[in-house]
Amino acid sequence: MKRKTRRLWLVIACVGALGGAAALTLSAFSSNIQLFMTPSQIDAKPPPADRTVRLGGMVVAGSVKQERKGDTPINRFEVTDGQSAVTVSFEGILPDLFREGQSVVAVGSMVPGGGFVASEVLAKHDETYMPKEVAEALQKSGKWDPKFGPPPNAASWNAMTQKEASAAVQGK
Amino acid sequence: MSPELGRFALSLACVFALAQTILPLIGAQRRDRRLMTLAPGLALGQLVALAASFLCLVNAAITNDFSVSNILENSAVAKPLLYKITGVWGNHEGSILLWAMILGICGAAVAAFGRNLPSALKARVLAVLGGVAAGFELFCLTTSDPFDRVWPAPLDGQGMNPLLQDPGLAFHPPILYTGYVGFAVPFAFAIAALIEGRVDAAWGRWVRPWAVAAWAFLTCGIALGSWWSYYVLGWGGYWFWDPVENASLIPWLSGTALMHSAVVVEKREALKIWTVLLAIGTFSFSLSGTFLVRSGILNSVHAFAQDPARGIFILGLLGLVIGGSLVLFAWRAPALTAGGLFAPVSREGALVLNNILLCSLCAVVLTGTMYPPFMSLLFGKTISVGKPFFDAATIPLAIPLFAFMGFGPMLPWKRAQLWPVLRRLWVAALITLVAFGINLWGLSGVLPVLCATFAVWVIASSATDIASRIALFRVPLSQSLQRARSLPRSAFGAALAHAGVGVTVLGLAAMSQAQHRIVEVHVGQTERLAGYDWTLTGVKTEPGPNYTAMVATIEIRHNGHIVTVMHPSKRSFNSQNQTTTEVSIHTNGLSDLYGVIGDRHGPAANPTYVLRLHYNPLAPWMWFGALIMAMGGALSLSDRRMRVGAPRRAPLPDAVAAE
Repeated sequence: MKRKTRRLWLVIACVGALGGAAALTLSAFSSNIQLFMTPSQIDAKPPPADRTVRLGGMVVAGSVKQERKGDTPINRFEVTDGQSAVTVSFEGILPDLFREGQSVVAVGSMVPGGGFVASEVLAKHDETYMPKEVAEALQKSGKWDPKFGPPPNAASWNAMTQKEASAAVQGK
Repeated sequence: MSPELGRFALSLACVFALAQTILPLIGAQRRDRRLMTLAPGLALGQLVALAASFLCLVNAAITNDFSVSNILENSAVAKPLLYKITGVWGNHEGSILLWAMILGICGAAVAAFGRNLPSALKARVLAVLGGVAAGFELFCLTTSDPFDRVWPAPLDGQGMNPLLQDPGLAFHPPILYTGYVGFAVPFAFAIAALIEGRVDAAWGRWVRPWAVAAWAFLTCGIALGSWWSYYVLGWGGYWFWDPVENASLIPWLSGTALMHSAVVVEKREALKIWTVLLAIGTFSFSLSGTFLVRSGILNSVHAFAQDPARGIFILGLLGLVIGGSLVLFAWRAPALTAGGLFAPVSREGALVLNNILLCSLCAVVLTGTMYPPFMSLLFGKTISVGKPFFDAATIPLAIPLFAFMGFGPMLPWKRAQLWPVLRRLWVAALITLVAFGINLWGLSGVLPVLCATFAVWVIASSATDIASRIALFRVPLSQSLQRARSLPRSAFGAALAHAGVGVTVLGLAAMSQAQHRIVEVHVGQTERLAGYDWTLTGVKTEPGPNYTAMVATIEIRHNGHIVTVMHPSKRSFNSQNQTTTEVSIHTNGLSDLYGVIGDRHGPAANPTYVLRLHYNPLAPWMWFGALIMAMGGALSLSDRRMRVGAPRRAPLPDAVAAE
């Protein structure tokens, strides 16, 4: 085999593999990326039912309820970013670190007429830590400025305006 | 006093490391024998100083010295002794110290085992290792001092996350780190070769054992981490495609490619520049992976901002190591003589294909891991990619890799004919065809069927490879055994490692068929899953040393016969307001029955309990296969050819005087 043919084989193999990898990556990206959304974004523009999104916020204190459908347990709780709240239902065991009034990320989709149905609930963090996404969402909604200390109690958010929130935090 | 002694020893190690970098480099450049022979002694001195420093920290942890802030934050009097020791590397500062010490061990190992290395190459390799070590020791001393004191010293520490108090996690970091750090040695060889401007067959032979050893450790470390998350986190999953996990998978993929391309350098003196680049890339991935993830840059800019000095130091160090070596590569690589091109159908052709596919896989995982942080950094869009993305993007690339793995090792070097090789593989092909039929019937989904089929193909063809080399069934058995004895151990090692990949992939494919149910039941109620009857017979409360546990008793029956009784529990830790889930797993080698107990609901008189029950077919095979891969690596390392009888390198013409 000539040198040129051998080099051609090598180039074909490289281009084939890398092109295949790039095509696979792009097609997988287009269908499998999960957007992060806050409750107010979901309220404003609910995602289509076939789209998996990550909903992040704080669990409203006192909102966690356990229900039973046949032998299947269902947890319902509200997630808020201080402006609006979304009811999440999750079939399964909530993670060990799940707490009312603490941050949570729920992976799932909006079901028409059924609220947000989560397939996975992530609460990996301890009480002082807040996932970056949640912290950003809170800051964007104006409910919390990290300059003034820890975030206010999630239970009180829906009732508070921005001014009250910062006053409450500064008063601490 | 001991913490100050530890800090002093660490400073001493840093001085040794700086000397180890500068003096031998000058010596190698000037061909000054005295300066070059300093390197091994300095490397040993550095290791002794690092070990002393590490022991000081361990001592502080054992004796509950809560005046050391690192011990205060991560330990407590009530913690068991084992976790006091392993807790030393369960935090940022301690893990950097452990990292530096393993790097010191690698340097000392090169100094001790590299007796047949040419003195200039050895001096340069040790100098590069010293330079990397000096960087990390400086980082440790200036930004993350493990020996920092607090005043006044409190009576008790703050304790350790109960999730981390587990034997699997205790030994996971040292093994994983040995894998990561081990790739520093091939990296040092690559840099030394670039400075020298020379890569030849002997270089390939010297690099290979280090790459194989690091790879075997990394394999074990990844498997141990995955096993830990399977039995501790209690989600029934084993791999979450989380950035921390990907950070270990990326160097594993490129390290696997490096291990194979070094063979081509050794046997055919080709792919030299590529191998040097892979060695640089693999170590850069291990370095940036661990430190970007540990420092929190990848997951959240939040943790990074807590201590800007640390982040800037890490970025600077990474930039220096990676940028510096790439600049050196760009400058010096053209000076390396390129190897010849070769026939596509040959052993080296198959190894090139292996490299192309592994690197494509590596690129896909890297893209999937880095895309979300880039998007949030550049466009402020928060997105994430998870298992669906990685499954869709990696499995179609992995399947051709498994297909070629079957006959690649059987192709002869230089020029091969495809047909005779395929003819020798007819038994393996037949077994694979039967397996395909069984898989079609037993598994659902196209990708699991293909993966399981090619996994069988890999195992069967690895066995065929050995069988045909020892002429099994073609000559009398005694003669075959004699041939087996004279067959190099690295041939067995390679076949074993390939078979290990097959075993792991079979486990992964079968796990895609795992079944689970989440139920809420009263005591005495029976649920059915995967042909088993699971009965909750009782729940009781048991006190533990620093927690209270709710322990369930679940009886599992198959066709009326009792299979096992399992006791999953949920522990509530009094001090830290934390709960942990203790999974109960019953395995018979072919499948795992996996039970988790959740919350108690309803009235106290007649409560219900949430249970999660899993049936995980072939789950243990995933980790068992990784163990087989690592054993294959160890078997290769025990091959005499890896240690002695390396081809003597012809001395450079102008080096004769100095030699």
